[in-house]
Amino acid sequence: MSKYNLDYLDELEAEAIHILREVAGQFEKPALLFSGGKDSITLVRLAEKAFRPGKFPFPLVHIDTGHNFQETIDYRDEMVERLGEKLIVGYVQESIDNGKVIEQKGKNASRNALQTVTLLDTIAQHGFDACIGGARRDEEKARAKERIFSVRDEFGQWDPKRQRPELWNIYNGRIHKGENVRVFPISNWTELDVWNYIRREKMSLPSIYFAHNRDCITRNGQLMAASPFLNMDEADVVTHRKVRFRTVGDMSCTAAVESDADQIDDIIEEISASKISERGARLDDKVSEAAMEDRKKGGYF
Amino acid sequence: MNILKFFTAGSVDDGKSTLIGRLLYDTGSILADQLEALQQSNRKNDDGTIDLAILTDGLRAEREQGITIDVAYKYFQTEKRKFIIADTPGHIQYTRNMVTGASTANLAIILVDARNGVVEQTIRHSYLVSLLGVSHVVICINKMDMEGYSEEVFNTITENYKKMAAKLNLQDITFIPVSALKGDNIVHTSENMPWYKGTSLLDFLETVEVTVNQDLHYARMPVQWVIRPQTEALHDYRGYAGRILSGAFKVNDKVTVLPSGNSSVIDRIEIFEQTPQEATAGQSVTLHLKDNIDISRGDVLVNSSYLPQRSQLIEADLCWMDNKPMDDSITYFLQHNSKLTKCKIREILHKVNINTLEKEETHEFKLNDIGRVVIKTADELAFDLYTENKANGSAILIDGRTNLTVGALMFRAIVE
Repeated sequence: MSKYNLDYLDELEAEAIHILREVAGQFEKPALLFSGGKDSITLVRLAEKAFRPGKFPFPLVHIDTGHNFQETIDYRDEMVERLGEKLIVGYVQESIDNGKVIEQKGKNASRNALQTVTLLDTIAQHGFDACIGGARRDEEKARAKERIFSVRDEFGQWDPKRQRPELWNIYNGRIHKGENVRVFPISNWTELDVWNYIRREKMSLPSIYFAHNRDCITRNGQLMAASPFLNMDEADVVTHRKVRFRTVGDMSCTAAVESDADQIDDIIEEISASKISERGARLDDKVSEAAMEDRKKGGYF
Repeated sequence: MNILKFFTAGSVDDGKSTLIGRLLYDTGSILADQLEALQQSNRKNDDGTIDLAILTDGLRAEREQGITIDVAYKYFQTEKRKFIIADTPGHIQYTRNMVTGASTANLAIILVDARNGVVEQTIRHSYLVSLLGVSHVVICINKMDMEGYSEEVFNTITENYKKMAAKLNLQDITFIPVSALKGDNIVHTSENMPWYKGTSLLDFLETVEVTVNQDLHYARMPVQWVIRPQTEALHDYRGYAGRILSGAFKVNDKVTVLPSGNSSVIDRIEIFEQTPQEATAGQSVTLHLKDNIDISRGDVLVNSSYLPQRSQLIEADLCWMDNKPMDDSITYFLQHNSKLTKCKIREILHKVNINTLEKEETHEFKLNDIGRVVIKTADELAFDLYTENKANGSAILIDGRTNLTVGALMFRAIVE
């Protein structure tokens, strides 16, 4: 026995690479769900480390709500070009046009909930048996209990009471036809770990993560980017602010924080000192105490 | 900075969730909006202070019933270390969850209620810690505030525990008197117990040594995936991708591939774009060999001078994890790292009464039962004994009918 240890980022990285390679080894048709956010960008970096100089043994899949920040889409397309990997896009607009989902109405309308249907349809259409995602256990208390290999039934549902025990570093990916597994390689990373890794690896990110000037309105005490996707009325006062985003979701449900942090070092300092958790800037989690648990049971990530 | 993974054993009644909540709270690991949600919750302590236990209750049923059902993972960090906590339920019906949490932990915290001392549950939790071979154990004697912070109470419980633990194979035991509710000796050393000369719990967690098995005798790398770009430029590239389970590999080491028994020499070690001369336990690497031999997922590369055990008949401790009892007439799948094979339970040697530690004869294995069995595998396994090398001495059983993980195996002996 030696007292030598890996540095924490090396250990987290090695664990994530191990999980990604297990996905490649255990499944017929995996996919990597790519949102354009920093967590899925980190997954892509880890996939490079797991499989290069070979190709990824899975395509990237993006569920496009149509309400994205343009900066995210630009980043996605440049990244796919650089990697030379395959991208599949599922459009929420198509689900709406096909009548599979109905667009929400009212001031707080968002397409966040609708994307679950598009996701499940995309999984079914391509026959994906494993979907790799960038969720982390520190984000939310339902996620804190989810396995790294999380089995979903044919309706995409998560059943917290039927979770398989996950022992040592052995992952059981056996499933019945119609089921699929959501795999979370960065389960054990915190928000700060992700940022420290991005800095260490000198990874690029969509520009909205860094402080920039933007027209904003205030909704439910949160700062939102003014956009055609927000149902705005005369009560909404547009102000010009210097902001950045801590997570990248839809423009209709991702709140900005006022910030001068335009360099990664400043962001890490800001997060270290922060008093609001990352998902605190997500209106979709604020609905009820069990909001995330309910959405996961319905097939959400 | 490195990572310490620990798990907590105890029930809500022992103040387990409060202890974790206290660690998070006093290290400033709870953020403003989480704190706000906490304050808005209806659950308060009798004196009106925030019930810190809420921080670790995840699922709706757990909040409703005020219990922990499943393993919840929590994270916090100090300047010295990153911590991963597996918060596991303490009740006997959740033994499998505790086994799960313990399987990856470097350290176990066992809570003892100062008012009750060593009870049946303490014995059970300590047994599980020894069964899973967790390296360090901290016995937190909690609720010292309700016993007048008495040194005598602490000493009596400590002595009783040591007597009980003599029957177990525990490696490193530390006793700390605490009050999770009041915060004594959790993050800061308590002024209420000047007789206690040891460190606070957090101090201990920050400084305890975390060891990885780097013994060359146990150089093992299960192959997860073969990287073959098959492009013109990389026509002959053939890399064996995997995570080193234990030990270390160096360039020019002679290695054997099991089960085939073919051997070759390490030509190159890759970690993405780096090509180090050596790689050690815990690292995910790609190995290249000098000879072109047939290797695929499920094979394991080992140092040729130190071969593992090889057998189809193995004596193992089994923890049963499924609602459906074990059936020795059917074939299960056995997953040993990247190797999947079929397996039958040949014989049940005994079951352990985990409250009294007595061995009992039995013909059946039900949910949460633990005991010794003999298994027969379809393919020969290349393994180490769990006590010598946990990472290569453990496996899971999968029921092919449901695909559920139904058993945890720890290899104890080779059957001649």
